[in-house]
Amino acid sequence: MPSLKALRTRINSVKSTQKITSAMKMVAASKLRRAQQQAEAARPYAERMDRMLRALAASVAGSPTAPPLLVGTGQDKTHLLIAVTADRGLAGAFNASIGRATRNLARRLEAEGKTVKIITVGRKGRDYLRRELSSRLVDDISLAGKRRVEFSEAQEIGNRVTSMLAAGEIDVATLIYNRFQSVIAQVVTEQQIIPAPPPPEGDTVDTGGAMYDFEPDEETILSRLLPQALAVQVFRALLESAAGEHGARMTAMDNATRNAGDMIKRLTLNYNRARQANITKELIEIISGAEAV
Amino acid sequence: MATNLEIVSPERLLLSRPVDMVVIPASEGDMGVLEGHTPMIVMLRGGTIDLYDGDKVTDRLFVDGGFAEVTPERCTVLANHAIPLVEINKADAERRLAEAEAAYEAADKRDTAVEDAALDRLQSARAMVEAVS
Repeated sequence: MPSLKALRTRINSVKSTQKITSAMKMVAASKLRRAQQQAEAARPYAERMDRMLRALAASVAGSPTAPPLLVGTGQDKTHLLIAVTADRGLAGAFNASIGRATRNLARRLEAEGKTVKIITVGRKGRDYLRRELSSRLVDDISLAGKRRVEFSEAQEIGNRVTSMLAAGEIDVATLIYNRFQSVIAQVVTEQQIIPAPPPPEGDTVDTGGAMYDFEPDEETILSRLLPQALAVQVFRALLESAAGEHGARMTAMDNATRNAGDMIKRLTLNYNRARQANITKELIEIISGAEAV
Repeated sequence: MATNLEIVSPERLLLSRPVDMVVIPASEGDMGVLEGHTPMIVMLRGGTIDLYDGDKVTDRLFVDGGFAEVTPERCTVLANHAIPLVEINKADAERRLAEAEAAYEAADKRDTAVEDAALDRLQSARAMVEAVS
């Protein structure tokens, strides 16, 4: 049985931990709201970009000079994996699940005899993958200290991928990120970005029944639009991941706060029991002392 | 008689409202868009978008390039940045031009992609200075 003093210190320390976790939960909740708003605001651009891209892709379809960003290099040898994680921990399984998914995918591709290259976004992913797959890491990008996700960062990542593709260093690129489904559920998503996946079947473009005219011409526009579309996809993944991170942290901190509460309850019970036992013991001593006289 | 104009940046929807006519800086010359325009997808250079209400220009915005989709009912502009002209400061615009010129000088001329990007930036900065002066 620990002493009364030890119990008291223990209760106080759990109480202050609880204060911290509950504050972190509040912070995560407000950041989550902001991240969700940002993701919401970014949606119109992505939708319109998608619409234009499909109209263009339909019009150059079958052309032998179709750009590699759209159709790939025609090979399937070197895979680039872009693992998007957070810069901070204490968010439950958020970072670990991305690390695990990346590792499994890399192992599977290597078992098939393919070369794997990895770019990590976020410090946690880098730390996780550096332990096991350090020879495949080609770059790591940190977004630490940023209050919000900027489009220019997505553009930089996009440019990096485009130049690797142009240099023939990669054939296929896949984004691995946590898609925000709800506050308690983040879904690990593997999204192929190069070559661009075909649009879902039966999903036709609404062009108002008319074909578009292009200025200057389809291919020039496409060569500009594709890198931008790539950046938009990366941007979307970053936003989803940011929202997911705050959601995951909120849930994790909520659990931690509840666990701390349970622990305080249990410790307080023990403390009171020990205190009562002490009093009883003292009373017995007094009474038996009085009887002995 | 109005066409629905939308200006969107990757981060948010900047403007969405019906206008009588809009003049956009297409890559091969300014283009006026009225209702019933033939469907087009155009590339934009850096320049100003003029919004017309009747015969009067109600708003002028600077865009640094991008794309536009025109259909008989609407005109959608995808731009990285769009700033109302009144908010641009001349000194800022000139500083950007100087930076763009320096970047163009420093760019690797053997790499056409790099050169094009630098040239675009330079032209967009020039258009910005012209727009404010």
